[in-house]
Amino acid sequence: MFRFILRRLLQMVLAFFGTTLIVYALMFAGQGDPIQALAGERPVTAAQRAYLTQKYHLDQTGVGGFFYRYLDYVKNLLQGDLGQSLTGRQIGDILQQAWPVTVRLALIALAVAIVFGVTAGVIAGIRRASIFDNSTLVLTLLVLGIPTIVLAPIAQYFLGVKWQLFPPTAGAQPSLYALLLPGIVLGSLSLATALRLTRTSVAENLRADYVRTARSKGLVKRRIVSVHVLRNSLIPVVTFLGVELGNLMSGAIITEGVFNIPGVGFNLFRGIRTEDGPLVVGIVSVLVVVYLVSNLVVDVLYAVLDPRIRYE
Amino acid sequence: MSDFETVAATEDQAARRGVSGEPATPDRIGAPQRARSLAGDAWRDLRRNPIFWVSLALVVLAAAMAAVPSLFTANDPRDCLLSRQHAGPSGGAIFGYDFQGCDVYARAVYGTRASLLVGALAALATGVIALVVGMLAGYFGGWVDAVLSRVIDIVLGIPLLLAAIVLLKRLSTSSDNVRLFAVIFVLAVLGWTTAARVIRSSVITAKEQDYVSAARMLGARNGRIMWRHILPNALAPAIVVLTIALGSFIAAEATLSFLGIGLKAPTISWGQDIDTGRIHMRESATPLIVPSAFLALTVLAFIMLGDAIRDAFDPKLR
Repeated sequence: MFRFILRRLLQMVLAFFGTTLIVYALMFAGQGDPIQALAGERPVTAAQRAYLTQKYHLDQTGVGGFFYRYLDYVKNLLQGDLGQSLTGRQIGDILQQAWPVTVRLALIALAVAIVFGVTAGVIAGIRRASIFDNSTLVLTLLVLGIPTIVLAPIAQYFLGVKWQLFPPTAGAQPSLYALLLPGIVLGSLSLATALRLTRTSVAENLRADYVRTARSKGLVKRRIVSVHVLRNSLIPVVTFLGVELGNLMSGAIITEGVFNIPGVGFNLFRGIRTEDGPLVVGIVSVLVVVYLVSNLVVDVLYAVLDPRIRYE
Repeated sequence: MSDFETVAATEDQAARRGVSGEPATPDRIGAPQRARSLAGDAWRDLRRNPIFWVSLALVVLAAAMAAVPSLFTANDPRDCLLSRQHAGPSGGAIFGYDFQGCDVYARAVYGTRASLLVGALAALATGVIALVVGMLAGYFGGWVDAVLSRVIDIVLGIPLLLAAIVLLKRLSTSSDNVRLFAVIFVLAVLGWTTAARVIRSSVITAKEQDYVSAARMLGARNGRIMWRHILPNALAPAIVVLTIALGSFIAAEATLSFLGIGLKAPTISWGQDIDTGRIHMRESATPLIVPSAFLALTVLAFIMLGDAIRDAFDPKLR
């Protein structure tokens, strides 16, 4: 177990440096004039230029200088200092305001995935090849195949604008009700995957030897399913949902952008639109770390729940 | 984009079946007796599957639209007049006009080319990278496998959309063709890992087969064994994964164009049209719905096609 965590941790550290190096190299290094790039299209005075040169160690040149500045960037990132966006706000402050909204949205999406996905998956797994099973398979294929950039605006149009069942956009202080439709849209992909995972897992476990033993002991079906099968079947589902929580927090760029939800993804969406380089890099750096850490946590959780993983 | 990863969950079963371009041996020891080859069985199943035919028809239709768009519409997608803003259907414009007064249907038809081009070339590039990496890792094993597998793990750990945003933002002022190839490059560089894992596992299965030992005893070199004996066996599962990947690459390209960092005007792409349609949905919804339907159907067609082929080759999944 210790060896597994160690190996996994090393892998994450490598991935962390790999991705941050890519982010850094592409965004800051090798450009014609980094100071001008930082300022966008606004003019830079000589005093500002001198200040920025000293602040970001731009006087050091060559490969050594590059890594010097890269380590500066990583240090700042780890200390939570993300710098300022082009509008002059601290990126740390922006994120602090945005996180609670994003987390709420992610939790709604996850709840949708658990309540509908897992339940339907268990039923489909038990009644394999029934009408219910086949129709859920087709439905999940549809959901998996339709990109979010189609699903989100179409849902917004029909449910929000045309039939007015939900508020079409969320606004500055979104209520739970306003977040419901975006949450369903965001969670639909996880829902479909969770459903398929649960279905396969339940169906496989139903054929296992211990189920046959339980049946021959004369246990009622309800007990076999709820105690014996579910416990084993939900291991992969739980870990998948853990990964999804990490994904949902970082993957809500489209949904938050379309529904106007002032979360992290929305700020990234706006940063891309307004060509706000520092804001994009700051948010992407943080999201990469969130993604890597959540993957690590889930892998370790998986190893704790299922001992077979550790000895691969 | 997470649908791309779900493909990986079933990779091993598909690989273990060793579907082959070579004649499958029906009387292999331990295998159940069969009158037909596995490929023949799969084809018989596919022929009876309506999903296969529907998705194949859609793929062929999309390919035809990409090749000769003028066959499907007589209107010029770049012929836009503001006086026709959000006007209803007239003439050849069966879905009316959008915010800029362009023919909605013609734009959707002409948008097919960019999407399919990006999807197909990205899938091709992915296939080449995955084939090289998967083949080397699976065939040589040992430290080569260890190093390449770690590389796969690390690339798999990079979130696709975020990395693409950073990579493409750098090119925000480049010309059309540069952008097109940048999008393809980004998708290929970040998207080859699943296919590489599939190929690696099928290579590992294939290299244990008797005919590989026989070839080796006859004095065949590594290169020949890999090319003539292992590659045909690793190809079928790889093609399934790449078909599904093609669908998700089209979706990814549309998403990037939607965000404004993928393809840009004057290149016509569904992602951009969905974005502009979305902004003006209150005035008129058809400019949103039409490209959305084109995109969704195309992506679905490729994913369903891959799914149907895999189901046919892997009876265990049913």
